[in-house]
Amino acid sequence: MRYLFRPPATDATGLLGLPWDQPLEEWDSELLLDVPSRGISRHVVRFVAVEGQVYALKEIDERLARHEYALLAQFEGEGLPSVSVLGICVDRPDEQPAILVTRYLEYSMSYRWLFSRPRGHGSPDQLLDTMVVLLVRLHLAGVFWGDCSLSNTLFRLDAGTFAAYLVDAETAERHPSLSPGQRDYDVDLARERVGAELMDLQFGGLLPEDIDPIEVADSLPRRYESLWEEVTREEVFRSDEQRYRVAERLQRLNELGFDVGEVELRTTREGTRLRVETRVAEPGHNRRELFRLTGLEAQERQAQRLINDVRAFRAYLEQKAGHPVPDTIAGHRWLAEVYQPVVDAIPEDLRGRLEPAEVFHEVLEHRWFLSEKAGRDVGTTRAARSYFATVLPGAPEELTTPSVIAGRG
Amino acid sequence: MASIEMTNIVKKYGDGFPAVNDVSLDIADGEFMILVGPSGCGKSTLLRMIVGLEDITSGDMVIGGKRVNDLAPRDRNLSMVFQNYALYPHMTVFENIAFPLRLAKTPDDEVRRKVNAASDVLELKEHLERKPANLSGGQRQRVAMGRAIVRDAEAFLFDEPLSNLDAKLRGQMRTEISRLQRRLGITTVYVTHDQTEAMTLGDRVCVLRKGKIQQVASPRELYEQPVNLFVAGFIGSPPMNFLPATPEGNRLKTPFGDIELDERRAAAVAGHDLLLVGIRPEYFEDASLVDDAKRPVGSIFRAKVDVTEWLGDSQYAYIPYDAPDSIKAHLRDLSKELDSEELRTQAIVSIDATSRIREGREAEFWLDSRKVHVFDPESGENLTRDAEAGAELTRLATQDRLEHLESARAQQDGASDGQTGARGGATAVGAA
Repeated sequence: MRYLFRPPATDATGLLGLPWDQPLEEWDSELLLDVPSRGISRHVVRFVAVEGQVYALKEIDERLARHEYALLAQFEGEGLPSVSVLGICVDRPDEQPAILVTRYLEYSMSYRWLFSRPRGHGSPDQLLDTMVVLLVRLHLAGVFWGDCSLSNTLFRLDAGTFAAYLVDAETAERHPSLSPGQRDYDVDLARERVGAELMDLQFGGLLPEDIDPIEVADSLPRRYESLWEEVTREEVFRSDEQRYRVAERLQRLNELGFDVGEVELRTTREGTRLRVETRVAEPGHNRRELFRLTGLEAQERQAQRLINDVRAFRAYLEQKAGHPVPDTIAGHRWLAEVYQPVVDAIPEDLRGRLEPAEVFHEVLEHRWFLSEKAGRDVGTTRAARSYFATVLPGAPEELTTPSVIAGRG
Repeated sequence: MASIEMTNIVKKYGDGFPAVNDVSLDIADGEFMILVGPSGCGKSTLLRMIVGLEDITSGDMVIGGKRVNDLAPRDRNLSMVFQNYALYPHMTVFENIAFPLRLAKTPDDEVRRKVNAASDVLELKEHLERKPANLSGGQRQRVAMGRAIVRDAEAFLFDEPLSNLDAKLRGQMRTEISRLQRRLGITTVYVTHDQTEAMTLGDRVCVLRKGKIQQVASPRELYEQPVNLFVAGFIGSPPMNFLPATPEGNRLKTPFGDIELDERRAAAVAGHDLLLVGIRPEYFEDASLVDDAKRPVGSIFRAKVDVTEWLGDSQYAYIPYDAPDSIKAHLRDLSKELDSEELRTQAIVSIDATSRIREGREAEFWLDSRKVHVFDPESGENLTRDAEAGAELTRLATQDRLEHLESARAQQDGASDGQTGARGGATAVGAA
């Protein structure tokens, strides 16, 4: 047998003791982690927890495994929203297929969970828009998915909104750029798959009655087209409108969750022609900034929210000290004095239902809400206490991320 | 159902490299066409241009009489079968087949009629009310096929559909696809790199090399009258043996002795220096086991056997031979191009399973000289190809196909007549 792992693969050493020579289907259930059904797979998929990390193992033909491994590694390197791949195990005895190992996407939710729940956790509109953002991002990067479906997408909360991740790249192909036919085909397939997946939930009695699978599916191509148009179209305007039109366009793209790499302005006879090159990577400046200041990893919108709080805290420190405080010092004190105490105070039985950064974001929301009602700032500590008592228990227990469950033993 | 006509199709990528280079190919209505060749030959690109996934640089793509170059994939009404199919656990097999129609808001009775007709052909009738979790691997694939059938697509397209299945399921599915295509009589284009799949499935096979068509013919014509060294080496397993040969009058001098050529072939090779003679493994035999009647149509030679391989019903002997460096270089290039690993200065020879020929000893072999072909090593051209005999083989295959198609369509008409009545009954029950 051979194992191929991508560095940093210190994680991998703990995995080596698993019974790779046996068919995944026959692995002892003691070794496995029970993760509720996340979608429809043509392959045997199992989950294991090793040293606090959860991994998804998929048994798959070696050629496909190598292909998927290479692509996922590329995607991760480029900052495309996808699951993170750890490695593959090939040359297993008795001509068994290879096993692809990916890191479980912590705090992720499947469509089955999201759609089969009454509102409050994202409307179909929101989820579909999120999925379309993912598809557009992949298409801009020259990725033909070939299997875009809800089953192959995972959703994560990001400061109250959703972010979508590609989970399965088995059929994906990388091209310098995509032809209109490739994009059309992908979108059409997505429409059909989404329709069928929702119909399947309906047959299982799991879909709220007011959701019409066909209507939702049929809206996908429309949503895709308008977003694609928005991020790729060239615009022509008069030179005197130039300044505000460029700013308007950039702001619109940022609102849609895209960063702009380069702006090209060309003067032509009809006026100024604007072409923007949309970045395919997830926007990341807030994430990087938060990491620099605090060493915390969070998603983009969460990071933005947390950075604002660090800034407010720094202003408070400076006011108290009467002199400037460097941002890194403010960052580290914020982490120790503001953020960590909130996270540490999450009651044991409610841990793992939401990502810590998401909890902090919700506490800040809650604090605003309580302060507004009280007519004065109630402070983070009190807001957190109230939030843990009244709001967080409303997050369903099934949401608890597997690594936390594994940690409880 | 429709014909697919390609005229001077070219696909060039940004770097100007032609992945498909001036391909003209007509696929008849109801025909099973295989696109085959080693990796990088352009077969998948060509299929993708039919589907609409790749823009066509130049040339015409005509499906059912309509030029489709600028049509979006969904407007071409083709069905890519098995491509990433999924089975939905809460839906019955019936609904798993029906959902493309449901999404298109097809009326209920039409859905019922189409799914029932498809499940008849697929022999899934007894499973329609079950959940897919209870189906076998082969049945699952048939459900995926059912979806393609109910769409009433103009043609089925397969892109290496079996390459990720295990050997057992692969064999089973090959038979299923072949049987179904015959029963449905639907135009089918099938891409594979596997010459066995190509030979067993296709009415005609199109062999591609570096973006260009080498030969389009029935499997038998490809096997017996290959147009060049590339096709001869690609088709057949174990592959054709190529030996260095020098013509001398009506004889070829080879490491396995002299081979006598008939007049036509002797004339075709006259004036050449060093050539390659192509001999299929089954043109050899253990000389001691050859009928007296057959002996005179071949030649006898002695050679030392390196290895024998006894498989119960058949047996192979491996005989190394010597070749000039120039020939070795040609053979090495050919192996590389065909993605094959074999060292080609060793002949693979089929002998009767009862033969007592032993490894490491010298033995006497008989060689049937009637069917050998002679190739120009520089151009690769088959100098002795009998174009007329080849065309006749393909003509016979086409005739077979048309007969099949006719009876399949007659049967289908009969079946749908029968079903009209059944449908009326079902509707009446539903209404009551």
